[in-house]
Amino acid sequence: MRGKLILVGLIGGLALAACATAATQEPAAGPPVVGERCGDGSRLTEQLYLYTWVEYIDPAIKEAFQAECGVEVIEDNFDSNETLLAKLQAGGANYDVIVPSDYMVQILIDEGMIEPLDFGVISNIAGFGQKFTNQYFDPGQEYTVPYFFGTSGFAVDTNVISDPLPSWSTVFEPAPELCGKISMLDDERETIGAALMYLGYSINDTDPAHLEEAKDLLVAQAECVKAYDSQTNDDLIVQGETVVGHMWTGDAILAGLPDVGGREGIAYVIPQEGCTIWQDNLAVPVTSQNKYTAMVFINYLSYPEVAGQNAEFVGYGSPNEAAYEFIDPAILADPGVYPTEEAFAGLQWIEDVGDSIELYDRIWTEFKASIGG
Amino acid sequence: MSGRAEHRSRGPLIVVPAAIWLILFFTLPLLIVVAISFAERGRAGGVRLPLVFTLEYYQRLVDPLYLGIFWSSVRIALVVTLACVLVGYPMALFISRVAPRRRNAMLLLVIIPFWTNFLVRTYALKLLLSAEGVVNNLLLGAGLVEAPLDLLFNNFAVVLGLVYGYFPFAVLPMYASIEKFDMTLVEAATDLGANLRRAFLRIMLPLTAPGIIASVILVFVPVVGAFITPDIMGGGKVEMIGTLINRQFGVARNWPFGSAMSLALMLMVVVGVIYYLRSSQESERLI
Amino acid sequence: MSAGTAVRIRRGSFSLRLGRAALGANAWLALAFLYLPILVLIFFSFNDSRSVARWTGFSVEWYLRLLDNEPLLRAARNSLLIAFVSTLASTAMGTLTALGMDRYRFRLRTSFDAILYLPIVIPEIVLGISLLLFFNLAFFPLLEALLQVRLTLGLPTITIAHIAFDIPFVYVIVRARLVGFDRTLEQAAQDLGANEWRTFWRITFPLLLPGILGGALLAFTLSLDDFLVTAFTAGTASPTMPLYIYSLVRRGVTPEINALSTVLLVASMGLIVVSLVLQRRR
Repeated sequence: MRGKLILVGLIGGLALAACATAATQEPAAGPPVVGERCGDGSRLTEQLYLYTWVEYIDPAIKEAFQAECGVEVIEDNFDSNETLLAKLQAGGANYDVIVPSDYMVQILIDEGMIEPLDFGVISNIAGFGQKFTNQYFDPGQEYTVPYFFGTSGFAVDTNVISDPLPSWSTVFEPAPELCGKISMLDDERETIGAALMYLGYSINDTDPAHLEEAKDLLVAQAECVKAYDSQTNDDLIVQGETVVGHMWTGDAILAGLPDVGGREGIAYVIPQEGCTIWQDNLAVPVTSQNKYTAMVFINYLSYPEVAGQNAEFVGYGSPNEAAYEFIDPAILADPGVYPTEEAFAGLQWIEDVGDSIELYDRIWTEFKASIGG
Repeated sequence: MSGRAEHRSRGPLIVVPAAIWLILFFTLPLLIVVAISFAERGRAGGVRLPLVFTLEYYQRLVDPLYLGIFWSSVRIALVVTLACVLVGYPMALFISRVAPRRRNAMLLLVIIPFWTNFLVRTYALKLLLSAEGVVNNLLLGAGLVEAPLDLLFNNFAVVLGLVYGYFPFAVLPMYASIEKFDMTLVEAATDLGANLRRAFLRIMLPLTAPGIIASVILVFVPVVGAFITPDIMGGGKVEMIGTLINRQFGVARNWPFGSAMSLALMLMVVVGVIYYLRSSQESERLI
Repeated sequence: MSAGTAVRIRRGSFSLRLGRAALGANAWLALAFLYLPILVLIFFSFNDSRSVARWTGFSVEWYLRLLDNEPLLRAARNSLLIAFVSTLASTAMGTLTALGMDRYRFRLRTSFDAILYLPIVIPEIVLGISLLLFFNLAFFPLLEALLQVRLTLGLPTITIAHIAFDIPFVYVIVRARLVGFDRTLEQAAQDLGANEWRTFWRITFPLLLPGILGGALLAFTLSLDDFLVTAFTAGTASPTMPLYIYSLVRRGVTPEINALSTVLLVASMGLIVVSLVLQRRR
């Protein structure tokens, strides 16, 4: 009798395992007639797995790609580069197109985890121009295609502060009425980085003494900071809970557009002492099963009209110069999204600091532990 | 007679399915984590291959900073557990005294809010507690306060959020115990001259203790390692061991350190639980 | 004597009534606290803008959009399926284990007890990553070698993971219920000729039912709302509700999610009503 129970239990367990037999994807012959933007239709697969940031691609573009090329784009999202890395490292997730940021690209290349791209397929690379290609993380532009770039300044409610100073002093030495109405990113590199830049150091500084200084600055600032938030910081400023919010370009821009849930008057400011610039890129993991289709998709996204449409949806800056004629001139003129040459000089890339990340984490932990709610 | 002796020796076999499941899908994966905790950090997170043995990360844990964070997490967890048990016990009692037909309905009533999505619930809670939220409006309107209270982004918010999230974990086990408690024992005691308080402390409490103990374990233990709720409700200002561990697998790209921390946490909690179980009345029965 | 007793009884009954009133008040207040955010949730599901924080007007558009939202509906179906399967399996295994641990002593019993408590302690992210590594490095290769079956991450691996962390919760609750369990009833039944199976179903099981039910409800809730472990064992898609919803958080949760939650709530409430009605018949 008990034996029966055990048997039932084991069978149940095995049944679960057995009914999980997954068929591997067989590349099917594409439809006989695909759009001319789809490459060689006979080599396309039916499905493509995209692993990207949230709301980082216009759904209409995915639908258009499916209509034109017969490939269904299945999207999965990650919330950080490290999650992306963890999933790729632990294996088993066969994504075809991934969207890592700059420093992560460098790591992926060094670890041999992404595929050199075939620019015969991705011919649209030609339209990108010099400004955003051949960056430090992919010097020969062999492994990635730029996707979007952005900065991490701060959003300001101009209804409260009509003429915001483009300086980190707004948040680090806040006016009394701003105290308690500031939010900073909950990110050890970005926030410690902001402090470092305000103090005149590099955002990739590994000198323990400088980091201590940055920490002390952050601790002193803490009582005026409402929250350290990277997820809902835009909601906070739209709702009026904060007046200044350390945040990424796209979030800030969309926070100022009433049509998408934002509020008039919220502007984005790039501090003059320096600000992070980051760039997200399209890449193909070596474990992808559909590499050709992946590259066709990357090329598709790089067509000027498509890139322009995507840029308007996402709100970030497009590195694709050929796309500029398809982007609203008002956005192109916005120095928050497309920084002036002058501002560009002050922008800094967050680079991998190697083992010093442990020092950063220690500083961040000390800082967090000492501010306590 | 022989039948019973026979089944006594076969009896323990009923734990086999769970044993196999947990050994396969929990203990073995855990061994991987143990291995990682003794390895060196790889550049891209993960571990450096070929594997190199090191105690570095365990040694690093013995540091006032980390011990302090662990301790404050324990404190928060204790407060949350206390609140859950204090409110949950009377609730479980109430449900068990309700007409038998309605008991299951009430249990469902308690648990159904938790079938909505956790994030949505937490954001709704945040909304209620915000400076312009319902709670502050009520307090202002009733004239109890002059300015909106800071109900968010502090320890209070974290505790409230955790109590909210783990309340059913307290009610259900205590209900299981209280429901089978025979109230006539209390009535007999009061008939014999004891006042209610005495009857409760001397009779009801000891006999429903297993449920309370189970509640304490099911609330305290997960709460110590919680991180999403403290993150959202605390506005990144309340550092708990869970946020710390999570960061090691995230931005800090330090899996060995995160693993060492997790194992240390697990060890301390398990030791604490076993000690707690041994020293409480029904200990021999539960271990 | 009689006067003293009378006084004591009167005082007793007053404090008894006060006690009962307090009990009721506590319960309903606690429920109010539990449901307040839920009411907010439902309220905003009828919002006519995409905000879940600022009310702009009444609309049922989000419910209509829900009907069209194939990925979300699919995710909801998956979540429910996984939750049902894991609840059944973990409740069965957890209950049996509680019985076994309570009644028998055998070698390795204490170490097994420790293993049973561990999944409650382990931080979810560690469980998730360790399972992912285990599946890829050990489990799948083994299955492929032994059974020629090629598995990938997906609903089955999620379910396996959910069962793994559900079992201990059921175990702890049923075990608590078993303490002080009156074995004489079972012994009496067996003396009267019932075999073990019958004894279990007719005597033990009904007496354990509140504990088993409690464990099952908790297991179901844990599975339905799990995010972190699921995120790591899910593979390439967002097949469950929590994963799908999380992916929307960055842009703010739209009222569509509130609408879905409200639908689920109403359905569950319907469950309660049905169970009440059925009980009345009995």
